[in-house]
Amino acid sequence: MRISPTKFISLLFFVLSVFYLYTAYNIQVFAFDENAPFNARTFPIYLGWAGIILSSLKIILPEKITTEVNHKHLDYKSIIYLIIISLIYAAVILKIGYFISTSLFLFSSYYFLGERRWGLMFILSFPFVAAFMYLLHGLLNIYLRDPFLKYIGVMG
Amino acid sequence: MIEGILIGLSTALSLTNILMVMVGCFAGTIIGMLPGLGPMTAIALMIPITYGFDPSTGLILMAGVYYGAVFGGSTSSILLNAPGIPGTVATAFDGYPMAQQGKAGKALAIAAYSSFAGGTISAIFLLVAAPSLSKVSLAFRSPDYFALMILGLTAISAFSSKGQFLKAMMMVVLGLMLATVGQDSLSDITRFTFNNMNLTDGISFVLIVMATFAMSEALTIIFRGKDPNRAAKQISLTELGSIKVNKEETIKMAKTIPRSSILGFLIGVLPGAGATIASFLAYGMERNYVNEEEKQKFGKGSVHGLSAPETANNAACSGSFVPLLTLGIPGSGTTAVMLGALLGFGIQPGPRLYQTNPEIFWSVIMSMYIGMVVLLILNLPLIPYIARILAVPRNYLIPLILFFSVTGIYLMSFNNFDIFLMIGIAVVATFLRLYDFPMPPLILAFVLGGLMEETLRRSLLISDGSPNFLWDRPITLIILLITITIVGWQIFSTFRKKN
Repeated sequence: MRISPTKFISLLFFVLSVFYLYTAYNIQVFAFDENAPFNARTFPIYLGWAGIILSSLKIILPEKITTEVNHKHLDYKSIIYLIIISLIYAAVILKIGYFISTSLFLFSSYYFLGERRWGLMFILSFPFVAAFMYLLHGLLNIYLRDPFLKYIGVMG
Repeated sequence: MIEGILIGLSTALSLTNILMVMVGCFAGTIIGMLPGLGPMTAIALMIPITYGFDPSTGLILMAGVYYGAVFGGSTSSILLNAPGIPGTVATAFDGYPMAQQGKAGKALAIAAYSSFAGGTISAIFLLVAAPSLSKVSLAFRSPDYFALMILGLTAISAFSSKGQFLKAMMMVVLGLMLATVGQDSLSDITRFTFNNMNLTDGISFVLIVMATFAMSEALTIIFRGKDPNRAAKQISLTELGSIKVNKEETIKMAKTIPRSSILGFLIGVLPGAGATIASFLAYGMERNYVNEEEKQKFGKGSVHGLSAPETANNAACSGSFVPLLTLGIPGSGTTAVMLGALLGFGIQPGPRLYQTNPEIFWSVIMSMYIGMVVLLILNLPLIPYIARILAVPRNYLIPLILFFSVTGIYLMSFNNFDIFLMIGIAVVATFLRLYDFPMPPLILAFVLGGLMEETLRRSLLISDGSPNFLWDRPITLIILLITITIVGWQIFSTFRKKN
């Protein structure tokens, strides 16, 4: 039996709702609140049941509008590269600072998306981020944490 | 009211705020023209920039961005038949054929004039109706608010999902579930944090918007990069033609604009309906109004067919501010983003906003009109140049969208857990969008989640746990009956399609 992607997503949502409902029932409330008409558990419990009912209906009822996705037309390679670069960016941003990490992120993203005009890639990464940082930090007075620039004395 | 208008004018006409409207309209137009980036994303991208501003200035910038983005969406609809946002889909029905006939400049000009007229008329409605509506809304109690939020969420699910009501309702529940993460507002008990300190304060609204719109849109564009149906069509910028509108066309527009404005504004006021429904209904209504000869031109470059959705679209944008400013309930996904921004500024929209913060209430309304004027003055001469932004290669566009998204989150928390969470949610949202699970209901539910729980809590405590509060008050009952009608209509139309 082949299960459609929409029904599969609904099944995942059903599992999520069951887990959510289980967690909702286990929320610790104050003893005096235990039998109150409304406590910290009430709303999540309603939501858990709503999720279970809606996802069950989606799984059970026949699909009238099916969403067809041609997987041959999906560019998995580029999206995986981009997600990996984004994850690395998130991991290093606190350690090496906003300026270097963001500039390297932009430069490598341009590269992995197939760009090879090195000059333009450089301008739209390092000077672009510097200008953006100046706009935020210098002109709008919005604090941007950057240990590296602080270390070399560019930022106060 | 006159005093309020003067307060609003003096705030909106300050040099800084005029500059902000101009910057907002220009930035909004450019962002709105970019593939897939609509007003919601445009406003979300502005949130980090407005952190340092005072609330009026920040909101004025966002109002400018809103109108600019709606107009920008129309530009890509007309030139490329590629509506950036659902609200401009109907614009493409006649705008694109007109552009294909070598009248692209004229089509863009008609869209600009219609947007301006629709926005102007609806700004007047807003000026007159908002204070009276806010007085009426003072009669609203917790059960009515709860029912109204249920109506808003049901309506947005019904209208935004193209016949996939259940999918949209699932997104509503998911949005509400995400809103419950963190401390309970009354008891401070932590929920669904799994002992992670980073989740104690809940998930940030900006994070959710950036993940589900900006970032997942960027990932979707890359993901569908090989799809031949979505390949960008090339357009010669020299073929834009004249932007002059002749007398006959002006008369046609003059007939269409008033009725489309009224319809657009009224639909915009309804929670959940918004610009998309308004533009489609205006297009359909206009087709019924015109004579047989004009009717034949619909879909082939009709002036009526282009003017009606554009007018209604902008009128609905102003209309959607009525429930936001007077009830604190956003009427659309975009105003939901604006509600989040207002809350970020420490302002609680609602019936008392125009008493407690009149300068904000009136300056936003006045700046809308100023925004309209600025939009027209800026965009008409810039049309041929602005169109060039469509040529930005996606190799540059996508990383820049990701950069803006990450920066927005980093500025808020200086915490990489939030960035990881945003990437995770964006990946999930990308797959959900691939299978037509709509994101606006999720956003609206996430924004309303806290308020909904609070009003339900109050209602249940007042009624001592009894569900009687749902039918004790006439307002609550009427609102719930409307909700039931919407759900009933969805079920009926599903069975009708089946048969």
